[in-house]
Amino acid sequence: MSRFQTPLLLIFGMVVLGGLASLIGSEQLNFTLTEMLIRMVVVIGIYLFVGNSGVMSFGHIGFMSIGAYATAWMTLPPEWKQVMLTGLPVVFQDNTYPFPVAVLASGLAAAGVALFLGIAIMRLSGLAASIATFAFLAIVFSVYSNWESVTGGTSSVIGIPTVVGPWIAVGFVCGAIVAAHAFQVSRVGLMLRASRDDEVAAQSSAVEIVRMRLLAFVASAFLVGVGGALYAHFLGVLTTDAFYLALSFVTLSMLVVGGLQSLTGAVVGTLAVTLIVEVLRGLERGLDLGASHIALPRGSQEIGLGLALALVLIFRPSGLSGGKEAAWPRKRG
Amino acid sequence: MISLIQNLIDALSLGSLYALVALGIGLLFGILRLINLAHGDFITVGAYALIVPSTEAVAQLAIGGFHPILLLPSIALIVVILALLTDALVFRPLRRAAQPSLMIASFAVSYIIQNGLILIYGARPKNLNLWPALTGQIALGELRLPTLQIVTIVTTLVLMIGLALFLKRTSYGVQMRAAAEDFRMARYLGVRGNLVIGMAFAISGVLAAVVSLLFLSQTGSLETGLGVPLALFGLVAVVIGGMGSLVGAVVGGFLVGAIVTLLQAYLPVEMRSFRDAFAFAFVIVILLWRPSGLIRAKAFDQRV
Repeated sequence: MSRFQTPLLLIFGMVVLGGLASLIGSEQLNFTLTEMLIRMVVVIGIYLFVGNSGVMSFGHIGFMSIGAYATAWMTLPPEWKQVMLTGLPVVFQDNTYPFPVAVLASGLAAAGVALFLGIAIMRLSGLAASIATFAFLAIVFSVYSNWESVTGGTSSVIGIPTVVGPWIAVGFVCGAIVAAHAFQVSRVGLMLRASRDDEVAAQSSAVEIVRMRLLAFVASAFLVGVGGALYAHFLGVLTTDAFYLALSFVTLSMLVVGGLQSLTGAVVGTLAVTLIVEVLRGLERGLDLGASHIALPRGSQEIGLGLALALVLIFRPSGLSGGKEAAWPRKRG
Repeated sequence: MISLIQNLIDALSLGSLYALVALGIGLLFGILRLINLAHGDFITVGAYALIVPSTEAVAQLAIGGFHPILLLPSIALIVVILALLTDALVFRPLRRAAQPSLMIASFAVSYIIQNGLILIYGARPKNLNLWPALTGQIALGELRLPTLQIVTIVTTLVLMIGLALFLKRTSYGVQMRAAAEDFRMARYLGVRGNLVIGMAFAISGVLAAVVSLLFLSQTGSLETGLGVPLALFGLVAVVIGGMGSLVGAVVGGFLVGAIVTLLQAYLPVEMRSFRDAFAFAFVIVILLWRPSGLIRAKAFDQRV
């Protein structure tokens, strides 16, 4: 039982959150909650690689983009695809697939790309690999923004069935938590974490670092790709610039604020950053204090988030979770 | 033949810009092991400092109206102050932090600067024609050379020679090189760490300021994200050149410039919009061939 207390606690927390939201039943709240939960799937996905391997990745939002567009190709109505996305393979143009199939396939598509990319860049030193992931993000962005016959280019793709609500999102978050936890307590996960803490020592204990990193990279891309697909089925509209530096920044902030090195951190960080962003967004819309209307200027939300991240890095480098996992308080004695 | 020479000069001038960016990033990396993602935003600030702060759609020149002899140092000063401020506020408290944290911190700085610019200047791009005299051409027989490209190449050469002389001949330069080689040992031998780091930030700021003026003269348009692609290519140049080697950064910069220009010139028309994707993919290929970059810095071999 104690082995599974972290995922159980986290899942319990998410279900309570979903329950509270449906009790209140406000549309705005449900929207914010669903978006946060989808981002949580993505952040847990990024954590699976970054947290366990210690190699920073700036490119995971590229996998999100891949997942989101893949599901769009599979679920858009054929009439629309045949007119707007003329470059799609005929199989996709003529058929639509059900939501679960499409989401799974989107995750697999992202994982497949990660396998190819990973074989190439996981041999690099951690730092060079980080920059290569940056190059990957730029490649995905550039290709998807310009490949008009397949992605609609800079115009948006519309009409994706919006089937994802808070409870489906809670379900996927729970799945992601279980998967990430299973990975980090597995043999591969432990070897990878050993290499994160001391690369040389791990190597001399026969840990094949490159292979372990590659496995984590592929698994994490799968989760992020699924997150991207959920995002598409939540908003119903896709544009390529939604998946670039701004979203990369928000998701990385979530991970760092919560604490890079623990699954609990990924979950807590997503909650904390969403809270910060929503409060600042509210302040940007303005407060009515008596007769006067006070509002922060546009851009304050982003600056606030940046400052919060910098402050966490300086004063609490291991994040809110302190790198520890959630656990019941133990009895002493 | 003419078009080949023309392409070569295009490659040289674009490469010069990238080399300057790469030097700015490489210098900090050498000493601090900091990958400064905010370098692009130093460049952006240099460009925005030319105009009067306002959210109006039309840009009004402020410092941009100065005589070049006054303009250059003013812009350089502003960017250097910004660079030193980010060091004092963000990177100095993080001296002992791990590399990924430093990188994320610089990402945060970049995000803050970009949105700060939106706050002050508004998000819409603005047109700005700095130095219209530079848009002319110099004719050499059949060859027409854009003045701006020549200016870019010459400026870069002058700056590089200046930097090389500073690093080789002056006591401060030697201290900086020593710090880049082995920071802890250099401090034991009497090099003042924060002074050296401050100098690195200052030089990196000057380089960013020069790039911002050259780049703005080329594009004529102010955007809050204008430095981002430059920094991205600069980073990539640092990596393929060999992390921690300044010569490598310069070589990488020119190589990236050449790759981008050649792709632009020789890709089939319908593929041209994918130029950046090809350029970045090519970079990954180079890394596969030489994982530690073209010029390998000894200081980066892991010691056990």
